[in-house]
Amino acid sequence: MRFTLKSAAATLALTTALAMPASAELTGNLRIFFNDQNPAPKEAMEGMVERFQAMHPDLNIELTLIDREANKTQIRNYLTANAPDVNGWYAGNRMRPYVNAGLFEDVSDLWDGPMGEELASTRPALTLDGKQWGVPYSYYQWGIYYRQDIFEELGLSVPTTWEEEKANCQVILDSGRKCYTIGTRFLWTAGGWFDYLNLRTHGYDFHMALTAGEIEWTDDRVRETFAKWRELIDMGAFIDDHTAYTWQEAQPFLVNGEATAYLMGNFLVAPLREAGLTDDQLGFYQFPEITPGIPMAEDAPTDTLHIPAQAQNKEAARAFLQYVASAENQTIVNDVLGQLPINRNASVADDKFIQAGFEMLSNATGGIAQFFDRDTDAEMASAGMEGFQEFMVLPDNLDDILNRLEQVRQRVIAQ
Amino acid sequence: MSISSDTETRGWWHRNQMQLAPWLFLAPGIAFFALYVIYPIFQSFNISFYRWDGLGEPVPVGFENYRQLLDDRAFYVSLRNNVKWLLLYLLAIPGGLFIALFLNQQMRGMRLYKSLFFFPFVISQVVVGLVFAWFYNPAIGLWNPLIGLFGFSPMNVLGNPNTVTYGIIAAGLWPQIAYCMILYLTGLNAVDPEQVEAARLDGAKGWKMLWYVILPQLKPATFIAVVVTVIGALRSFDMISVMTNGGPFGSSRVLAYYMFEVSLSEYGFRMGYGAAIAVVLFLIMLVYIAFFLWRMWREERGS
Repeated sequence: MRFTLKSAAATLALTTALAMPASAELTGNLRIFFNDQNPAPKEAMEGMVERFQAMHPDLNIELTLIDREANKTQIRNYLTANAPDVNGWYAGNRMRPYVNAGLFEDVSDLWDGPMGEELASTRPALTLDGKQWGVPYSYYQWGIYYRQDIFEELGLSVPTTWEEEKANCQVILDSGRKCYTIGTRFLWTAGGWFDYLNLRTHGYDFHMALTAGEIEWTDDRVRETFAKWRELIDMGAFIDDHTAYTWQEAQPFLVNGEATAYLMGNFLVAPLREAGLTDDQLGFYQFPEITPGIPMAEDAPTDTLHIPAQAQNKEAARAFLQYVASAENQTIVNDVLGQLPINRNASVADDKFIQAGFEMLSNATGGIAQFFDRDTDAEMASAGMEGFQEFMVLPDNLDDILNRLEQVRQRVIAQ
Repeated sequence: MSISSDTETRGWWHRNQMQLAPWLFLAPGIAFFALYVIYPIFQSFNISFYRWDGLGEPVPVGFENYRQLLDDRAFYVSLRNNVKWLLLYLLAIPGGLFIALFLNQQMRGMRLYKSLFFFPFVISQVVVGLVFAWFYNPAIGLWNPLIGLFGFSPMNVLGNPNTVTYGIIAAGLWPQIAYCMILYLTGLNAVDPEQVEAARLDGAKGWKMLWYVILPQLKPATFIAVVVTVIGALRSFDMISVMTNGGPFGSSRVLAYYMFEVSLSEYGFRMGYGAAIAVVLFLIMLVYIAFFLWRMWREERGS
């Protein structure tokens, strides 16, 4: 009896020791600046911190939540003065200014271990100059969210090719509705349309070369992409006056059935459910094929955590990032967020749209893009998205727009 | 009595007290003005000759930023919009004057009417911008039903590059007219009733009375109204930011907003280019400020 108790205690001690590796004695302060104050991300982050705290009771963790938009300018201040130990940011070219200025810590050592294998799908997105600069905790799919009930009413089926997409749209227009709702007031929504039209017309490699500034904007292939876009614009497929609406203000058109589809990220689902759409009314499909035979590539923006180069407690920060990347944590966090885990051993929430997204991204043989404004240089992104909005209103200005974009591209690559 | 020996013994401080005292009182103000206004002006001039993202090392580029400005379409759009703002914003002055004349009478409850007219100036520009943005919103706003009553077809005021700037200026005029009205109301209190009486005896009334008797006496109020309105037009930033973010596709930008967008917004951080825009804006304002100072100096000398 005594003997068994003792061995049980020993086993317990052994397992805890295994669960908490050498870094178990982490002490000091760990300051985390997280870039989202919305309820779900807040809950997810607080949960992460709580579990990590339980593993390292001697560590004093201090979590600061910063508004998502405010963080985009504040990051420049806090990375250069009084840096936290961990901060939230985005993958892709969006890391470039901070990597170039030497403000992000190189965390390639974390990626060299088994963690790198588990997160393999996003390794390219976190790699700049051959090194990794952060760890992802979540991503989400983009695609077409549509009114399943209206499609049924009109006898439409989910399109898989461009011709079917346009044929469907014609039926929808004839029924007195618009095909797509969109609000371009803050420009980025138009970036989603460009990404998909370009990815489907010319494939991932061309798109990435274009966003990296290696291809001229006046190239004929770029014009082909815009020609596809113009087919929809000329049909009158998009809602009127979209320049006046934000992406939220464009939602009622879908909810009221005045428009039948919305090209958007998965974060659209929560507000639509709140607005009263049931899972029987709302469906999801992958953006259809345009050029046959091109492997399907998707937009899936990745949210990441980084260690500032001036962090005080890098040991604890590394241990935290390692925990963030673990399958156990990513399962819990993404369940709360309603998004997709990156760790391939994590399990996916039982939700219609998350399952669909997981399925789609697992089969994205073409590649995974971040998003127009995260893949391009900042100056190019702002000029590009402004051009897309102008094109959607005044498609005849295309030559003028492309010349302007080419001018910006040349200035950016010259620097 | 030996006055001369007295001043000699009283020391340096006592001898120069009269000259020094004003400077001592002015010192804190001058120090902060120099630190927060004068010094940054020269700093901006300096930064405009560099390419700098605010993080790394600034790269000197000479006049490159200014050369770029010359063939930047967005710069010309902003400049043109600035001119539209300057001209149309001045409508606030006659607007304010006529409301003030209308309200300048003895009547029951007049204070209430005055405060109602003054109300838009009390609320923040950001709130005014939001209210007007909803007013113009083509889906939920009151503007389209309103013009529908007069048989006009619906329009997307803030989403159309041809109407957007006028839409924002109209929103800006609302509080600005109230401001000018207050200036004129106080000015009207100072109008000499004897002169009005004398003019009336001479048979002046209506427009003639206004133009030859009232308006000359309102000259100080008019001067201040012009000054605050021009300044208001040149710093028309918050409304644009709240109502359109400079859109659609940059058609409602003014120089101040473009400067912000280039140097401090989400996709900005081209500090050198932003500083170059700031310098141009500063030079434009300088013309106006110089005129203002010259006039003040002339009036002081005249009196």
